Amino acid sequence: MLCMPEIRNMTLNFGPQHPAAHGVLRLVLEMDGEVIERADPHIGLLHRATEKLAESKPYNQSIGYMDRLDYVSMMCNEHAYVIAIERLLGIEPPMRAQYIRTLFDEITRILNHLMWLGSHALDIGAMTVFLYAFREREDLLDCYEAVSGTRMHATYYRPGGVYRDLPGVMPQYQASKWHNEKEVKRLNRNRQGSLLDFIEDFTERFPKCVDDYEALLTDNRIWKQRTVGIGVVPRDRALQLGFSGPMLRGSGVAWDLRKKQPYAVYDQLDFDIPVGKHGDCYDRYLVRIEEMRQSNRIIKQCVGWLRGHPGPVVVDDRKLIPPRRVEMKEDMEALIYHFKLFTEGYCVPEGEVYAAVEHPKGEFGIYLISDGANKPYRLKIRAAGFAHLSALNEMVKGHMLADVVAIIGTQDIVFGEIDR
Amino acid sequence: MFETLHGIWQVFPEGLRLVIIILLKIVAILVPLMLCVAYLTFAERKIIGYIQARIGPNRVGPRGWLQPIADVCKLLLKEITIPSGANRFLFLLAPILAIAPAFAAWAVIPFDDVKVLSNINAGLLYILALTSLGIYGVIIAGWASNSKYAFLGSMRSAAQIVSYEIAMGFALVGVLMAARSLNLQDIVLAQQGNVLHWFWLPLLPLFVVYFVSGVAETNRAPFDVAEGESEIVAGFHVEYAGMTFAIFFLAEYANMILISILASVFFLGGWLSPLEGLPASLFEVPIMGTLLGPGMHWLFLKTSIFLFLFIWLRATFPRYRYDQIMRLGWKVFIPITILWLVVIGVLIMAAVPPWFN
Repeated sequence: MLCMPEIRNMTLNFGPQHPAAHGVLRLVLEMDGEVIERADPHIGLLHRATEKLAESKPYNQSIGYMDRLDYVSMMCNEHAYVIAIERLLGIEPPMRAQYIRTLFDEITRILNHLMWLGSHALDIGAMTVFLYAFREREDLLDCYEAVSGTRMHATYYRPGGVYRDLPGVMPQYQASKWHNEKEVKRLNRNRQGSLLDFIEDFTERFPKCVDDYEALLTDNRIWKQRTVGIGVVPRDRALQLGFSGPMLRGSGVAWDLRKKQPYAVYDQLDFDIPVGKHGDCYDRYLVRIEEMRQSNRIIKQCVGWLRGHPGPVVVDDRKLIPPRRVEMKEDMEALIYHFKLFTEGYCVPEGEVYAAVEHPKGEFGIYLISDGANKPYRLKIRAAGFAHLSALNEMVKGHMLADVVAIIGTQDIVFGEIDR
Repeated sequence: MFETLHGIWQVFPEGLRLVIIILLKIVAILVPLMLCVAYLTFAERKIIGYIQARIGPNRVGPRGWLQPIADVCKLLLKEITIPSGANRFLFLLAPILAIAPAFAAWAVIPFDDVKVLSNINAGLLYILALTSLGIYGVIIAGWASNSKYAFLGSMRSAAQIVSYEIAMGFALVGVLMAARSLNLQDIVLAQQGNVLHWFWLPLLPLFVVYFVSGVAETNRAPFDVAEGESEIVAGFHVEYAGMTFAIFFLAEYANMILISILASVFFLGGWLSPLEGLPASLFEVPIMGTLLGPGMHWLFLKTSIFLFLFIWLRATFPRYRYDQIMRLGWKVFIPITILWLVVIGVLIMAAVPPWFN
């Protein structure tokens, strides 16, 4: 009998310590040379039991956990959670709060897409876009900071509204060893007015910034060679795989919860839904770029409305919202409410609810079951990225190793939400 | 003092004196080269920094000027790790194989009309031979590391360099046809005249192919698939640390400078001045005349332009995929060079002025 050498595929352990693994993805790749035969994503390395933790805490104390799910689109996660609670409670936040939420949802969308754009381009080898994107992210994170005090995990939304109104002044840079008075003055130029002034100034600048990113990528022949026809998901298959968000729209399905199941004030705003054609990485790239421009449009409209409509930003319900500091100093009852709220929280009527928002990555849903206690009986998080990652094997099959990186990038994977 | 030194010098036998002189010349080339490499890394970080709307290193020393020195110290003091499954001998041999040709090739570079370590007649062949040798270091590094990433990196690198070597070789065949010599000094002298006499004009496609192949040869972005940060982590040198890594790094940058200096020698007239052809009285002015006339400074200026291009490319372009690089090399560059060789043949036969008459 002839002894044939055994030919096996190479197994490559891609991640979790890998610069393109977007966190802690462990991908077991079976490769024939450079061509991928099978990709086996392993998840769970960032599992923090968010769903279980939420069962042991009063409702409000889990808002902060929501930020940490998809840690590049913080406020959108919060939004789904507070909507779910609001639906169970049967309350409706004031109009101004709705606009503020919409404003910050879109700021978050831009934040997320900038992060995605930067890391996607970096994965494909274009370094510069990454730093350009981070320059603009810096300004948006300053908005987060101005409104909530933190730059990432804002914990700003509350059932019934938002934590506080938009500040009238923007925090400013201070002179230091590295930046003298003159430079600081230049940096503070657009920070002289209120937060809304700053955001408006940003919306004026931002379309040009997007043009800059596009100048580096959109018509670049190498960029096109690396993304056109890579990771193609046909329309029907995208629906079957449970895709949502830009992944679905890139395949040509005009599905956007902001239009189809409007929440907050999206039904009163004017914006378009970009849709791709071929379902490849390039189309998804174009869709996300256009989404940034549309978000910018929405932000502009929100800023305009918010300027003209001062008012309460949270429902006036002592059971849900802590009293003001001043009241607590002189009013015994206010103090009791405060104590009750921060120890026991509030009870939510029995029932089940599913609340979904159009998260930058897709449909982000919170399924909440309440047994009438002050904490959820069960909280289930529907993360968009989970469905996308499940399709990774299908998307990368037959492509080369370098394309795996492009496809992970185009899926906009964040492990905070996938592993929860 | 001088007398005694001269006396000691005379005591040495003739052969030994020659060896010492050559060694001193080598030192005179390599020490500035190493410094150039160190400050090229600094320049790269600064330039890319400014391209990317940041300021780059500015903490060590005034405006960051001591950063490369600090980097060298750090790398020297770091532990050299050798993976347990690695072939120790080859693992340590690989960096040496990578750097030796990168340095050796400098022997034939003409810095000006007299300053060249060895003015050999087969200089161009020597260059071709040595630049192709550098690949062994990469292949052996990838193989000896016993790591899949390193292995993939060296496979890619081997295929890439072999195919770009051909395009590069053909581009240089064009140069030798035009100069009718393999001697680098003669190639420079053949370009005498003014800017239009330099070979970049008649050999324009070869010039472009040569430089792009050079970028590919040195594994620089957008052809850096052998390192491919985001795909195969660091490619062939993923398992190297400390000084062994630094040597690969040094070799890469030395090669970058080599490719740039060769590009200026072959296509931009080397140490020739672009102002040649101006009235001769201009070159007789004491200091300005020397600056305007031919000399090393022109060579370095031209080299810096190419080095800037290297860095600019890195900051601007996404990375090619491995098969796309191969396609570009085989289906675009090699046909272009072959076609242009025919064109040059025709130009030479027709004795087209001002280059071939």
